[in-house]
Amino acid sequence: MKKATGRVFKYGDNVDTDVIIPARYLNSSDPADLATHCMEDIDKEFVKKVQKGDIIVATRNFGCGSSREHAPIAIKAAGVDCVIAETFARIFYRNSINIGLPIIECKDAANEIQDGDQVEVDFDSGIIKNLTQNKEYKGQAFPPFMQKIIACEGLVNYINQK
Amino acid sequence: MGMTMTQKILAAHAGLERVEAGQLIEADLDLVLGNDITSPVAIHEMEKMKVDGVFHKDKIALVPDHFVPNKDIKSAEHCKCVREFALRNEITNYFEVGEMGIEHALLPEKGLTVAGDVIIGADSHTCTYGALGAFSTGVGSTDMAAGMATGKAWFKVPAAIKFNLTGKPSEWVSGKDVILHIIGMIGVDGALYRSMEFVGDGIVNLTMDDRFTIANMAIEAGAKNGIFPVDETAIAYMKEHSTRSYKIYEADEDAVYEEEYTIDLSTLRPTIAFPHLPENTKTIDEVTEEIKVDQVVIGSCTNGRLDDLRTAARVLEGRHVKKGLRCIIIPATQQIYLQAMKEGLLQIFIEAGAVVSTPTCGPCLGGYMGILAENERCVSTTNRNFVGRMGHITSEIYLASPAVAAASAVAGVISCPCRLT
Repeated sequence: MKKATGRVFKYGDNVDTDVIIPARYLNSSDPADLATHCMEDIDKEFVKKVQKGDIIVATRNFGCGSSREHAPIAIKAAGVDCVIAETFARIFYRNSINIGLPIIECKDAANEIQDGDQVEVDFDSGIIKNLTQNKEYKGQAFPPFMQKIIACEGLVNYINQK
Repeated sequence: MGMTMTQKILAAHAGLERVEAGQLIEADLDLVLGNDITSPVAIHEMEKMKVDGVFHKDKIALVPDHFVPNKDIKSAEHCKCVREFALRNEITNYFEVGEMGIEHALLPEKGLTVAGDVIIGADSHTCTYGALGAFSTGVGSTDMAAGMATGKAWFKVPAAIKFNLTGKPSEWVSGKDVILHIIGMIGVDGALYRSMEFVGDGIVNLTMDDRFTIANMAIEAGAKNGIFPVDETAIAYMKEHSTRSYKIYEADEDAVYEEEYTIDLSTLRPTIAFPHLPENTKTIDEVTEEIKVDQVVIGSCTNGRLDDLRTAARVLEGRHVKKGLRCIIIPATQQIYLQAMKEGLLQIFIEAGAVVSTPTCGPCLGGYMGILAENERCVSTTNRNFVGRMGHITSEIYLASPAVAAASAVAGVISCPCRLT
C-alpha cells in the first residue's frame, strides 16, 4: 500500500459521527457535498484548511455514535489520507476499511503527535513517523485481508474481484 | 475454554464447532436491515457489485424512519430510491409510511427478529435485538450492501463483559436507568469491540421493553452487541409476535469474560446523562440545582414503546406541561400508537399540553420535529447527547427515562415523579 504523508489535524477523545458529519446534512449522500461539512460542529476551520493528503489524529474512541458511512466518506472526500487514533469506535472502523479509508491504531502516536505536525504512515509495516518531532511509532498493521480490501479501494471491488 | 452466548451464535452461523475472541469469521445472516439514510448508500454500492439481486427477499428489511414523512426534497429522493429498490427486488419487509415504525421497535413487533438470529443493520442501534437473545449489530452501508447481495458478513469474534443483574428496580426506575447507570460506570468506550452479556436473577424483573432499551444502548458503551438470556418473558414475546422458529443459546459455564460486574437493581435511582456524553451520569438525587428545560422528547428506538408511553401517561395524567415548554411524544410504531389511543394515553398527553407525532426518528438525530435553538435545553428519552445532536451546537441534551422526562415537562426543570406534588 502507498504511504500517507501530510499535515495533522489533531482532536481529542470521543470525536463522534454527529460532529464529523451532522445529521442535518444526511439528506445528501454525495461525497463532495458531505466533504463540505466535514468536522463542521467540532472545527469550523477544518474544511477551509484541509488539503489533499492531510492526516487526522485523535485519541480515544474516534468515530463513536451512529453507523453513518457518510462519516468516513466525508473525511475521505475532504482529502484526508489517513486517520490515526488510540482507538476507533467499531462501526467507524469497519466502515473506513469498507470504503478504503486507511486508519491505524497507535496509542503513543495518537497522544504525542500535535496539531500541524508533518506525519508519514507506512501501512504495510504499521510504522508512523512524526517528521516534525523526529519520532517514530509502531502502529497496528492491518491483517492481510483488510489490506486487500483497502488496496481494492473498498469492500465492493474486493467482492467483485473474488 | 467455553464460549459466551454471542460466540456460540456466531460459531453456529459460521458453520464452526467453536470460535474464540479475536478470530475472523464469515457468518450467514438471518436479516439485513437498512433505513432511509443508510439504504440509499447501500443500494448505490450494491449496484456496483456484480450480482443479480438480493440474496433473499424475505431476509431484508427496509424501514424508512429517520426523515419520514419526507421532511424535504432530498429526503424524499432518498425514500424514493429505497421504495423503488424494494419494489424492483420484491423485498417482502419494506414498510411504507402508514405501516412503518422506528426500525428497532418495529422489527421485533413484526416478528422478524428472534432468539439465535444473526442480524446486521445499517443503523448503530441494531444491537436492540439482543434483548431477545439474538446476535445483532450495527454496520455501515457497504456492509449492508454486501449483506444484501451475499447473505454473509465478516466479523471479528468479540470478547465479552458479564453484567450480573440482581434484585428488583424500585418504582420509577426502568431499563433506561439501568443502562445509563452502566454507561456512567464503564464509559462510552467501556465495552469497545466487546459483547455486553446480561445475566442474573434480576432479569426476571425487567419487562421486554426494559430489555430492548438496555440492549439498544449497548452501542453507547462502544459494544459490538448486548445480549440477554432467553427466558419465559422473551419466549412469550416471540410467541405473541412471530411465527418464526427461534433457537436458544446459552453461555458455557466456563465461558471467558474479560470483566464482570454485579448490579443490584434495587439500589438504582432515576439516572440522567448530562451533556455531551452518555457517560456523564448523575442520579436524580445528585441534581440539586434547578436546571431549566425548554423541550422534552419522549420517543425513539430507545424509549418509544408502550411501557414508556404508559409511564409518561401515569406522570402526565391530571397534570399540565409547564407553560412555555414544548413536550413532544412520539410513539415508536403504528401499533404502539394505536394501542396508546385505545388505552386513552394519547388523550392524557394532549390534555396535558403535549404534542403527539406519527412514528419517526425525527428529533433524536436533529432531523426535524423538535430541533433546538441556540442554548436551548432538552430532556430526552433518546440515546445520544453529543454536541449539536438535536440542533444548534450550543444546545444541550439530558438523556433520561420517560418518567424523568415527563416529570421534567411538568416541572419545567429536571425532575422526577417523586418530586412532583
